[in-house]
Amino acid sequence: MSLVEVEEANPVMASAPIAPYNSSPLGNSSSPNASRESLKMEPLADVAMLPGEERVIDKDIIYICPFNAAVKGKVFITNYRLYFKNTDSEMPVTLDVPLGVISRVEKMGGASSRGENSYGLEITCKDMRNLRFALKQEGHSRRDIFEIIFKYAFPLSHGMQLFAFLSQEKYEENGWNVYEAMEEYRRQGVPNSEWRVTFINKNYELCDTYPTILVVPYKATDEDLKRVATFRSRCRIPVLSWFHKENHAVITRCSQPLVGMSGKRNKDDERYLDLIREANGTTKLTIYDARPNVNAVANKATGGGYEGDDAYQNAELVFLDIHNIHVMRESLKKLKDIVYPNVEESHWLSSLESTHWLEHIKLVLSGAIQVADKVSSGSSVVVHCSDGWDRTAQLTSLSMLMLDSYYRTLRGFQVLLEKEWIGFGHKFASRIGHGDKNHADQDRSPIFVQFIDCVWQMTKQFPTAFEFNERLLVVILDHLYSCRFGTFLYNCESARESNNVRAKTVSLWSSVNSDTSLYINPFYTPESSRVLYPVASMRHLELWVTYYIRWNPRIQHQQQSPVEQRYKELLVLRDQYLKKLEELQLSDSTPSSTHLTNSSTPNAATPNQHITHLQTPF
Amino acid sequence: MLSLGSVGAKSTKPSFVSYVTPEVSFHAALYLRCEVEFCSANPILKYTQDDLSQRGVFGTLFCTNFRITFISDEKSQEETTKTFKNKLYGENDIPLMFVDHIYGVYDEKRKLITGALVKNKYPSKIIIHCKDLRVFQFCLTYTKEEDAKKIFQGIAHHCLEEKSLKCVFAFSYTGTPSPGTDISPCREMQRKRETILFDSPEDWTQEMKRTKANCRLVTENENFELSQRLPKYFVIPSALGDLFSYQGKGFPIWCWSHYSGCALFKASLPPVTQEDGDFQKHFDIMINAVAHNYLYSAKTEDLSESLPTIQDIQQSYNKFKQFFLIENSTDFWLSDMKWFSSLESSGWLDIIRQCLQKAVEVVECLEKDNTNVLITEEEGTDLCCVISSLVQIMLDPYYRTLMGFQSLVQKEWVAGCHAFLDRCNHLHQKDKECYSPVFLLFLECVWQLVQQHSPAFQFSETYLTVLSDSVHMPVFSTFLFNSAHHRESVLKAESPLAQSSPLSCPTVWDWSVQFDSKAQNYFFNPLYSEKVKHEKAVRKPHKLKHQRQLSLPSTAFKTPFKKGFFKDETDSLKKMLRVKRLSRWMGSPDSTAAISREFYESWQQRPLDYHGLLLPCLDGPAVRVWMQRYLRWIPEVHILGGGSVAVMTKLMELLSQVQDLKRVLEQRDSSQAAKPDHRPYIQHRLLSFGSSGRLPSSFPFAYSRNRSFKPIIPTGLMQCLMLTDSLASQEDEASSFVSLV
Repeated sequence: MSLVEVEEANPVMASAPIAPYNSSPLGNSSSPNASRESLKMEPLADVAMLPGEERVIDKDIIYICPFNAAVKGKVFITNYRLYFKNTDSEMPVTLDVPLGVISRVEKMGGASSRGENSYGLEITCKDMRNLRFALKQEGHSRRDIFEIIFKYAFPLSHGMQLFAFLSQEKYEENGWNVYEAMEEYRRQGVPNSEWRVTFINKNYELCDTYPTILVVPYKATDEDLKRVATFRSRCRIPVLSWFHKENHAVITRCSQPLVGMSGKRNKDDERYLDLIREANGTTKLTIYDARPNVNAVANKATGGGYEGDDAYQNAELVFLDIHNIHVMRESLKKLKDIVYPNVEESHWLSSLESTHWLEHIKLVLSGAIQVADKVSSGSSVVVHCSDGWDRTAQLTSLSMLMLDSYYRTLRGFQVLLEKEWIGFGHKFASRIGHGDKNHADQDRSPIFVQFIDCVWQMTKQFPTAFEFNERLLVVILDHLYSCRFGTFLYNCESARESNNVRAKTVSLWSSVNSDTSLYINPFYTPESSRVLYPVASMRHLELWVTYYIRWNPRIQHQQQSPVEQRYKELLVLRDQYLKKLEELQLSDSTPSSTHLTNSSTPNAATPNQHITHLQTPF
Repeated sequence: MLSLGSVGAKSTKPSFVSYVTPEVSFHAALYLRCEVEFCSANPILKYTQDDLSQRGVFGTLFCTNFRITFISDEKSQEETTKTFKNKLYGENDIPLMFVDHIYGVYDEKRKLITGALVKNKYPSKIIIHCKDLRVFQFCLTYTKEEDAKKIFQGIAHHCLEEKSLKCVFAFSYTGTPSPGTDISPCREMQRKRETILFDSPEDWTQEMKRTKANCRLVTENENFELSQRLPKYFVIPSALGDLFSYQGKGFPIWCWSHYSGCALFKASLPPVTQEDGDFQKHFDIMINAVAHNYLYSAKTEDLSESLPTIQDIQQSYNKFKQFFLIENSTDFWLSDMKWFSSLESSGWLDIIRQCLQKAVEVVECLEKDNTNVLITEEEGTDLCCVISSLVQIMLDPYYRTLMGFQSLVQKEWVAGCHAFLDRCNHLHQKDKECYSPVFLLFLECVWQLVQQHSPAFQFSETYLTVLSDSVHMPVFSTFLFNSAHHRESVLKAESPLAQSSPLSCPTVWDWSVQFDSKAQNYFFNPLYSEKVKHEKAVRKPHKLKHQRQLSLPSTAFKTPFKKGFFKDETDSLKKMLRVKRLSRWMGSPDSTAAISREFYESWQQRPLDYHGLLLPCLDGPAVRVWMQRYLRWIPEVHILGGGSVAVMTKLMELLSQVQDLKRVLEQRDSSQAAKPDHRPYIQHRLLSFGSSGRLPSSFPFAYSRNRSFKPIIPTGLMQCLMLTDSLASQEDEASSFVSLV
């Protein structure tokens, strides 16, 4: 008995809390335990196909599992996924991979190599794993399957539609309604006497990568905005992201000023920033440039730059030293090298350090801490990087998460993503490369993954402060790639609108909000006024093992953390006891009721009321 | 030695009378029984560690025969409000044996103070690094030169100079036995609820009975006639004959028996490679005896060959602990940059991994192959103790209970004659050869198991942290001696009345000496769930047959001799016994790691039984830094209202609610007539529910002082990521496409 079961043994794939692709987490009707006999007759029967999913091909294949020997089985390709099930062993081995996660398909070996299964297929995935298959030479089986995977994994390169547009999934809740910009601004306390809502961008004429609804200083006219737009890269002018209800300080976001080599100035831009400062009487506006100083200087060569001291006298400029998308891409690539397929053993810590992944996380987090700290002390801030859609989004959304407990709820987090990432034009399509075959595209970068990692680090440090759990974060990352939902498709709102995403695709939030119980953190203790400052020290930052190394069966995947499990057990037990006590007290005749009225709570609430009161004492 | 309780009060400060006098009685109250003051100085500035601006508080610094203590001129209320407070020392006390290193700052230069002092010279600032990783900084420049000199020399003398065991505070402290510390005569009654000390034949017989061992108890060493290095009582393979004939040679001592019948033995033996015929013969007899224990099978492992030496362990720990002895914020952020590679370069985590790995290998022999195992080492009381204790914790759920664990420490370490005095260097001997934190290494390994399989342990990590501190508490006899013989002879000699019973010191297991019962609650792991009823089932050999079949080799192999590897003793055994079993290791794959990985993986696939076999995951990310122990005093890393403390507190609160409810229900069940009024009680609990809302992640150790809610912003960030990469200077977007489609 040397063959160890693979993915089934790995709870993540089986029925785990963070099982991404098995039907269970996202709550399609699932028939998990279909017998093996029925499988032979009706392939794919043990995994529920999504409405709109269609089978394309199935083939006998060998899965070269990196964690043990080769596994014989059958692969099924649909227009949504690649599904593999073994046929040769008692232990079930399955793979369930949405085609969207595939970044590259290659043929390995071939006629020149020996052995009957020398026709190999290597699939590189965006989610930290690679898959290798071997096929027999006969009947061009590899060619067929290669071509089909290539076509369906990269539909946009073949003039086809992404699966999100073919899916027929229906949910009770419409996730597209989670975020309404006006509603969210109103929640923050905007518009008010200092800040106004402008519809100048309703046809995306001011800035094609911004949303239609923008909040700007009350005193700035629409004409001002147009002039400022000429001086900001891609017209991404400073607009409000978040408003501090008590001290009226704001987080505004934008792109770099177009200073250029000659050191151009723009009176309108300077005045506009001063209007932001004036709005709550901040003495000095702080401009956080997310880039390292040298990069900001270098940007002058291409027409960009940063706000100089002379031009912006009422502002101080702070560089946050966060590196660009290319550095992050390489860093994650290095990380993959040390964790997949095998975890680097002998020099784990120094290898981890050499990827710099956690150091980048540290820089992003400490940048966000500085922003949050400044705002909570009453000063308004402007955040930008080069174009204001990568590092800027990370910084504004993380600092908002620190400042505003609403964003730490399940709903609020969705709003945060919809607003700061999707609405303000983080280029998901370019960064992820949905349905695109060009795996080496320099525009690809795991900026959003890095952000979610930062959020995870925060949830680790404050395990009671977030309403949602780790599973939500993993599901978000899985569907960042899967192309099953429309949420993360396209680069900006205007592109989403012209492709009719809202009408033609399902939102990820439809699925999530239809079964929220899966994503609730039982330890959540709401504390509305609290600012959360994580500790951005390497001592506390840790590698998100349950995401990055989840494919490795040797890494422990507990179905549920023992603490969580115990807590839930105790909650059940408490409710049982309370019920019993209540029954006893009800059945009690006079003697006990007299003693009840003697108790310090007047009105002698039933124990149940007593306890419900206790559930939210903070 | 003075032992008058009132002395402390009498000798307080003449020169600062006006200042100190009103406080004298207050000070005196703080003294422990038999504590004697040596010297003091005032005013001394103590820097507050969690204040980035290096400010401090003024107060008086005392040095007594027990501790260095700083008493602030400002009264602090915090000490009194703590729920987790050590009764013997507070946050401003440094028991003398806690002192690890003392540095003096002379003209801005930091120098390590060794015993030899330059007369008439004293530093402007002293920095004390403690063994529990606290760092104290005292500024001497505000006090009179004479006093400063005196206190500095006093501290240096009492903390750094080599001293005799007699001067250890325990011997003053024990003079008057306190209630609760003496071992009561009705021991049988308490046995179940008490730590077994393994200082009586009954303890050993009981343990053999519990594990169904088939070995022989040796009582011949009761008066240490066999050897002074051996325990008073111990257990050997029953096949071993007259021990006096092996005097001075070392023989297998039983540690624990597996339910299958095979057992673990340890022995102090010189390396087996020795080309000594006599020795070889002796060794063969020993192996023979071990093999006879069960099915004529035996494996031996020379730990000094395959694990780091005690000097390696010491060096590694010395490097490692430096990363946590943080004096200021700048140091902290500087060391943050190369944090992971620094950790790795110390090698400490790797030593932990190696020990756990070795223990897993032994477990595999016992559990899977049902082979007797003999682990050897020159002394037989260092790594043998580490490995044998770890093996027992992994295999036997009893040792994962609090009492079981304490009994294990008694059995393997205290009664087992680990040389605590030398290894901990309690006496500051200059000969550093014998100093090595072996016991701490063991606790580290246990912590790894606890953090990986928390619900399997009755005790918490707080318990382990406190235990690691208590090793240096000069009040307990537990960790004060080099061997059972040493303990007995010293205690006898130090007895105040020569002819009467030997001196009795409290054992560390009497936790009430250090903590009140409320604080002791933190020793228990709220995740632990006791095994319901079938306690016995765990030990039942129900799977025995199957396992045996698994481990039987399909073919016979030849024995390759491998370094750092279990050696199958077939060669020597074949000569005298019918060898029934062969190891499957022979001729099998290259590294032990690969083999035990297979063992681990097959274990991992089975549903996890917290009351069954427990194995650690030893992959890179799984072996971690014991955050609570090492980071508890560093304010930069405290997360206010966060960390695992936040979750654990919620859990404990819920647990106590459930327990209260249960009690109420039980009371109602039992006495329908006279119902006690339970409501106020519940109410009280409910009210206290919210109070613990925002504890720092260092709870229950350091408390952050009313720190404002200011975040800690890392400094020196730029240096940490100086990427020279061409990528770093690249533009995010290719600059060519200006407008977006």
